[in-house]
Amino acid sequence: MSSIEVNGKSYETDEEGYLVNLSDWNKEIADYIAKTENVNMTEQHWEVINFLREYFEEYQIAPAVRVLTKAIGKKLGAEKGNSEYLYGLFPYGPGKQACKIAGLPKPTGCV
Amino acid sequence: MSETVTAPAYRIIPIIPALKPGAMEGKGPYVANDKIQGALGFPEQLVEDWHDRALAKMGELLGKYRSLKVYMDACVHCGACSDKCHYFIGTQDPKNMPVARQDLMRSVYRRYFTLPGKIFPKLVGARDLTREVLDEWYNYFHQCSECRRCSVFCPYGIDTAEVTMAAREILDSVGYGQKYSNEIIGKVHKIGNNLGLPAAALKDTLEGLEEDVKEATGIDVRFPIDVKGAEVLLITPSADFFAEPHIDSLIGYAKVFHATGTSWTLSSMSSEAGNFGMFIGNYEQLRKIALRIRQAALELGVKRIVVGECGHAWRVAYSFWNTLSGVGDGADETDQFAMMLQKQLDHRYKQPMHICEFTWDMIEQGALSFDKEANDKHIITFHDSCNVARGSSMGGYPGGQFDIPRNIIKTVANNFVEMSPSTTHERTFCCGGGGGLLTDDLLDLRVKGALPRMEVLQQVVDEHGVNFMACICAICKAQFTKVMPIYGFDRKMIGGVHQLVSNAIRLGDKQ
Repeated sequence: MSSIEVNGKSYETDEEGYLVNLSDWNKEIADYIAKTENVNMTEQHWEVINFLREYFEEYQIAPAVRVLTKAIGKKLGAEKGNSEYLYGLFPYGPGKQACKIAGLPKPTGCV
Repeated sequence: MSETVTAPAYRIIPIIPALKPGAMEGKGPYVANDKIQGALGFPEQLVEDWHDRALAKMGELLGKYRSLKVYMDACVHCGACSDKCHYFIGTQDPKNMPVARQDLMRSVYRRYFTLPGKIFPKLVGARDLTREVLDEWYNYFHQCSECRRCSVFCPYGIDTAEVTMAAREILDSVGYGQKYSNEIIGKVHKIGNNLGLPAAALKDTLEGLEEDVKEATGIDVRFPIDVKGAEVLLITPSADFFAEPHIDSLIGYAKVFHATGTSWTLSSMSSEAGNFGMFIGNYEQLRKIALRIRQAALELGVKRIVVGECGHAWRVAYSFWNTLSGVGDGADETDQFAMMLQKQLDHRYKQPMHICEFTWDMIEQGALSFDKEANDKHIITFHDSCNVARGSSMGGYPGGQFDIPRNIIKTVANNFVEMSPSTTHERTFCCGGGGGLLTDDLLDLRVKGALPRMEVLQQVVDEHGVNFMACICAICKAQFTKVMPIYGFDRKMIGGVHQLVSNAIRLGDKQ
């Protein structure tokens, strides 16, 4: 098993750098993972991460891309409610990269 | 994920590329951990007596699948397949020539299962099964997407995909499974789909889609789930509930059912068309996944089963569901649930039916009408998905799987052009992500494997201004969305056939 070290503490991750224990997550870890992904966290990024975590708490899975874009659009304005905006924030793809930073499991399957 | 993956240069003349021996040597994709393996009943890690157990498994498969033995014996190394594989073309690694990849297993077969190989191994190219050989299997048999393009060109009809499946089956049996495929299969058994999408999340997503379609069209198009007594059970890849552009085709299916007045339902218990059991060549997993669909069909009392846009799902449905589960005729007569389902289904219709067959039937009956101009912004080409093209049919006649999706596109849109015929129909190239390889840890391979499709797409972009490539497979959609930007294309160029249907379909008067 791999691990990451943040503030002197070690956290278990899978081979791809996703947190194994979801309860380990905190903002420092998110910042750390974001750095390894070359994502510079801004307020806009946190809006997405926070929504992902709220949704996950309720449904035990990350939201569909469409659900995410709609929620962001409602919250931040229609011009931001599209996948271009999300790809701008998370260039590797909002589904996987944002989940990783949010400490959620990776979406699997044909996605 | 942060490392840079670059696209190989297009070939000026698409001939056999120069060889780069060892170009794709490596450890292969991530190995499944103990939990993932254990959940499928496979050994949790590489067993100590892997050598004997691998050979015993190989012997079992050679006895069980006569085809495998023929494929081991029949190859004369003529080389007709050598330059037909997208992974060989993209990686230039000679071990990715289909004949050479198969020989990784064939050389071991010769050593332990043929007389000359037992007596004079060196003379007949026979090899001992060493740990290095096993690791080589793991690496290179995860550089085949089981697309079967090479088989089209093989004068003996050797099905390389079956060799790859057998190799993966042997690897699983000694505790050397692939993380991506096996984790997904575990999720289907536990939750009902590849994504691990629980029922509550699925219902929430579907409700959101009803709102979206209402907002866009003014019409109440329903996305029903778990409706007992519905006519049609739709089995579609779970990516259709989750990813872009997949979800646009799901909206298209719902609009077709709405416009034709068909009562239909999804199932929360069986919310996956994909069957990764085929990718790992394991019959028990294949069957267990298929039986969820039977259970849902029996519980909901449906009369028809329709399959959404998913390549290998349609291959499994078309070719294997009948004996696996009783959807279609052919199951064991002592299998009471298969017999029960046979009785329940309405045999005036094809069982199972592809969503493209459903839509095309309705078009031919005059039950659907379209505003073709709605797709005028698109100049469209069609990518035949490998498992549909070479592992199935549609419409009940040879070649129907090629005509029907194209017929639909031409009915709903004005601008359609074909890509080079050496890369379409039964000669189509895999997208580069099929067969259990659609995983981030294989991104370099996926990008390289997409090369031949990207080359011919570039041709029709240059010559005809093509700006939309339609397909009918969730893996193709996800793979192209990821790799096309690396080749300089917009990721929104890829989409489903029913996405185009959705754009143009007339739903009736606004309420």
